[in-house]
Amino acid sequence: MIDRTVFKERFVKWVLVAFALSSLLFLFLIFLFILAEGLPLFLKVGVKNIIFGFKWAPTKGYFGIFPMIISSFLVTIGALVIGAPMGLSCAIYLSEYSGKKMKMFLKPALELLAGIPSVVFGFLGVIYIVPLVRNYLGGSGFSLISTSLVLGVMILPTIISISFDALVSVPKTYREGSAAMGATKWQTIYKVIIPSAKSGILASFILGMGRAIGETMAVIMIAGNALKIPGSILDPLRTLTGNIALELAYATGDHRLGLFSTGVVLMVIIMILNYIANFGIKRKIAK
Amino acid sequence: MDTKISTDRLKVFFGKAQVLKEITIAVHRNTITGFMGPSGSGKSTLISVINRMIDFENNVRIEGDAAIDGTSILDGSINPIELRRRVGTVFAVPIPLPRSIFENIAYGPKLKGTTDRTSLHHIVEDSLKKAFLWDEVKDRLSTSALKLSGGQQQRLCLARTLALKPEIILLDEPCSGLDPVSTAKIEDALSELKSEYTIILVSNNTKQIARISDFSAFFYLGELIEYNTTEKVFTTPAESKTEDYIQGKFG
Repeated sequence: MIDRTVFKERFVKWVLVAFALSSLLFLFLIFLFILAEGLPLFLKVGVKNIIFGFKWAPTKGYFGIFPMIISSFLVTIGALVIGAPMGLSCAIYLSEYSGKKMKMFLKPALELLAGIPSVVFGFLGVIYIVPLVRNYLGGSGFSLISTSLVLGVMILPTIISISFDALVSVPKTYREGSAAMGATKWQTIYKVIIPSAKSGILASFILGMGRAIGETMAVIMIAGNALKIPGSILDPLRTLTGNIALELAYATGDHRLGLFSTGVVLMVIIMILNYIANFGIKRKIAK
Repeated sequence: MDTKISTDRLKVFFGKAQVLKEITIAVHRNTITGFMGPSGSGKSTLISVINRMIDFENNVRIEGDAAIDGTSILDGSINPIELRRRVGTVFAVPIPLPRSIFENIAYGPKLKGTTDRTSLHHIVEDSLKKAFLWDEVKDRLSTSALKLSGGQQQRLCLARTLALKPEIILLDEPCSGLDPVSTAKIEDALSELKSEYTIILVSNNTKQIARISDFSAFFYLGELIEYNTTEKVFTTPAESKTEDYIQGKFG
């Protein structure tokens, strides 16, 4: 009888272990396939000609994705410029000022925002943001600034929820100690709580960047997808993700391999961002 | 004797539970007054009324009055932030802010608007000296306050409070986690400070109260049982409850 319960326990445990490890397996397989498809072209054309090449004409043997790398970073930084102050403000409001009722209303709303499909964001961007930019700022409207605006809103849930957790985990004693010294609420937030939560807040920004740099659908709808480094915030641009999504359907041969190479670069960038974010968070916990 | 802090039939309720029952007490200027009593006696609640930290608790109801220099501090027109600059607090667990030693002490004065570097330095040095900490940290003011030992951190918190130039210092079990040497240093500092400040020392440690306080108040289950000079309370207590507590029969 006892043997049977022990067996059951072990069985459940091993089933769970198998499923837990399977996600690791998938990650490994994705890695393997992208590298297997993407690396040969690096060897054939040369790492320098791909990463620092300016010309993308895959049917003619040019695989330069430098403009797309720069563009991806530009929209990401643009998204951060818009999303970070908004997101952090919202997180501060939620953790320090809002009452229970407001929190109960705002948190589900944010989760809903996170759940809206990116094609809907792209659609709204095309219908509203693009004409707005075209009419008031000039250019075609399909531009760096339109993309940044939409991505800035899309990364809000990430930034808010992670910075909120960081702010809430600042010990109550810090708040009391500061208040006992005659600090106002805002002085306490500005001088004690934000510095204490700094690493978590930075991690939220970096994970937001990861989300922005990986976003595809909304970006291809709004960015204009031109193959050059944008000269101003009103110029169109093409990101790494956009490049893959736009061309994969009809690409063959080396062209197709070129898109996988784009994927390799994208994956490496996202891995670096995640590493930085995790490092930041871990350092905080270690303290 | 000159009264600095007074309460008049002060009652405090947390929800339905009454934690202070009609407390009427007058704390004298430039003395150390010890508040003692077992936990749950309401002594900490009483000081949280005096510094208005009770504002941070939910679902609190206060009746009666508390006053400093004869002026009510529960009045709506009192700004609790201004009040907390006059009434400094040192907590049981030292809570240095995650900043340098210098910044910890300069924090309060900076909030008040002192930005001049030389006067800040002056305040920091002066406060650390008064808290008997200067000699131990004068060479490393820019290191993190979190690197100090527990006893040093508590004296840092005392220095930080002194930097606000308060009129009153409230200490809520300031030595509960400290070794005897650190405790002695804090007690020495307090004995010197009473000429300038009115000090309330909340403690479970009756021996400490007997050592350094001029007046002693004994609280039990939200009531003020006895309040008199320390000598009287400890040698000829009027209430048998007080005597039992002092002798360690309960608490």
